Amino acid sequence: MSFFEIIRFAIRGLNSNKLRTTLTTMGIAIGVSSVIILLAFGNGSSKAVQAGIEKLGTNTITIQSNRGGFGGGRASASRSASSKPLTVGDAVALSDPIKAPDIKQAAPVAGANTTCTFGTNSSTPGSFNGTWPAWFEASNTTVAKGTYFTNEDVTEGRRVAVIGNTIVTDLFTGVNPIGQVMRCGGIPFTIIGVTEKKGSNGFQDGDSLVVAPLTAVQRSLTGYNNLQSIVVQAKSAKVQDLAQTEINTIMDAQHKVKNVSNRDYRTLNQASLLATTSSSSSVLTVLLGMIAGISLLVGGIGITNIMLVTVIERTREIGIRKAIGAPKRAIMTQFLIEATILSLVGGFLGVIGGLIGSHFKIVGVQPIIIPSSVFLAFGVSVLIGLFFGGYPASRAASLRPIEALRYE
Amino acid sequence: MHPVIDVQGAVKQYGVGDAAIFALDGVDLQINQGEYVAIMGPSGSGKSTLMNIMGALDNLTAGKYFLDGLEIDTLDENALALVRGRKIGFIFQSFNLIARTTALANVELPLAYQGIKGKERRSRAMAALKVVGLEDRINHEPTELSGGQQQRVAVARALCTRPSLLLADEPTGALDSKSTHDLLDLFDQINAAGRTVVVITHEDDVAARAKRVVRMRDGKIISDTVNKSVSK
Repeated sequence: MSFFEIIRFAIRGLNSNKLRTTLTTMGIAIGVSSVIILLAFGNGSSKAVQAGIEKLGTNTITIQSNRGGFGGGRASASRSASSKPLTVGDAVALSDPIKAPDIKQAAPVAGANTTCTFGTNSSTPGSFNGTWPAWFEASNTTVAKGTYFTNEDVTEGRRVAVIGNTIVTDLFTGVNPIGQVMRCGGIPFTIIGVTEKKGSNGFQDGDSLVVAPLTAVQRSLTGYNNLQSIVVQAKSAKVQDLAQTEINTIMDAQHKVKNVSNRDYRTLNQASLLATTSSSSSVLTVLLGMIAGISLLVGGIGITNIMLVTVIERTREIGIRKAIGAPKRAIMTQFLIEATILSLVGGFLGVIGGLIGSHFKIVGVQPIIIPSSVFLAFGVSVLIGLFFGGYPASRAASLRPIEALRYE
Repeated sequence: MHPVIDVQGAVKQYGVGDAAIFALDGVDLQINQGEYVAIMGPSGSGKSTLMNIMGALDNLTAGKYFLDGLEIDTLDENALALVRGRKIGFIFQSFNLIARTTALANVELPLAYQGIKGKERRSRAMAALKVVGLEDRINHEPTELSGGQQQRVAVARALCTRPSLLLADEPTGALDSKSTHDLLDLFDQINAAGRTVVVITHEDDVAARAKRVVRMRDGKIISDTVNKSVSK
């Protein structure tokens, strides 16, 4: 009895009940494709979050004051009597190319909390930054339409603004925003540019943004004392650690910090944020993979079920085969191959379905296929066929011909 | 020269204790090469059990059974499969063809299990189908054939392995009288070619064609006679 012959018997067996074969195959196909798609989705969403953070600039370090903010003035004051706010002087010191050779540029940011209006429309920007033109490069923000503001705008204190896409849709639907004047906290700002769409980084809308010259914002909205942050751009992602050290040295000197464990400022590093989010999104991927794995398992149990039904239904046929000289091994192999073909074809269709399905965006996330997941899902589905087909096959093979022949 | 079938003191017991039933209760039977034997008896006489024993489908509680000199009870599963495939050709009352499979493929099946391939297998199967007169029906599935034709496919399947023994269990039970007549002619022809034929039946006109008639009752052989009208 050749192996090829047994395969032919198996295919004939599967062919004789097409509906059942199709349904079982679909069970496996759905399992396999959902493994591939869900893992690709998890991977895609984590890549999207990473890309979002990278857009903020991986070689960007943000310095924030420990003085104000959520802790409130009193708590910080009790921590350090000598704590000083961030100043423009700090930003200037950080821009010193001799003391800080690995820092490309630094830009002070004054943050305002205000609502902007245009006609009857209003919008509250997620961030309203008064800053220097250097900020754009340091924070990886580009202007898509219109222009950046210039150092001259800063020195002159001109009330001009670059706005993000969310502000455009909130305020200027159907109107070209360039050249329009919006009022923020009652102060008029002329729109000179619109930033490139950034999308969400998973935490905040990067497009709900207004950027204006530091001096204008300080003069009209925030006052001169309270910088929200200083954005520092390292020369490259590689020298980020060196830049970090330089920042600490300069800032410690600027702020006369005596005890480094009790600084009146803190630094936020995009790279460490990236590491945190990628580890949390890998948890998501694993979770999705587990859910998909369960559906693959259910598909496998479906194979066992169908093969058991098939064995019972074909008891008589098995009896006949044994009576005319079929060895146990041939029967066993036939049923095992039937189960394996089911899972093989199902796995193959599932891979195709998974590859096609991964082309479509799911809730705005483009799934990115993990190549190993394709092989894994396919391999597991074939193993499932062998494993879950094994029990029904051995049951078929151990049927005694005399009993099998009596079966009606 | 040993007999094709040699049953010695065969006992087959179902159940134990008070509920014990002896389907075979000490049967001795020898059948030689080239004989045509009918085994007769009412329902429950043990003739089907004897047929299962002779066909190596079932084993004995006590006693010995030799087929072509091989003691069947000592064989393992794989050896039994070989014996069933090569030494015995089965014909059943309900034909027992594989459904949704052509006549040719059905006849080829035992040859396939013996590992006979391609051309030889096809020509042997075709030859057997020609013997039973179905060479123009080889691509028909069982549902497309009449009862008589199905049974002839079954005969072809039994013949194509050139077995020592053709075992038929109520082969005419599901056939009309015309088909019965044709089938019995076929058996005569097969026996005339030198093959041993054993037919289990409860029909007298079937038994009348056999050269030797064995009658059973309650698990015992009650008579074993030569059919004078046939064997001359």
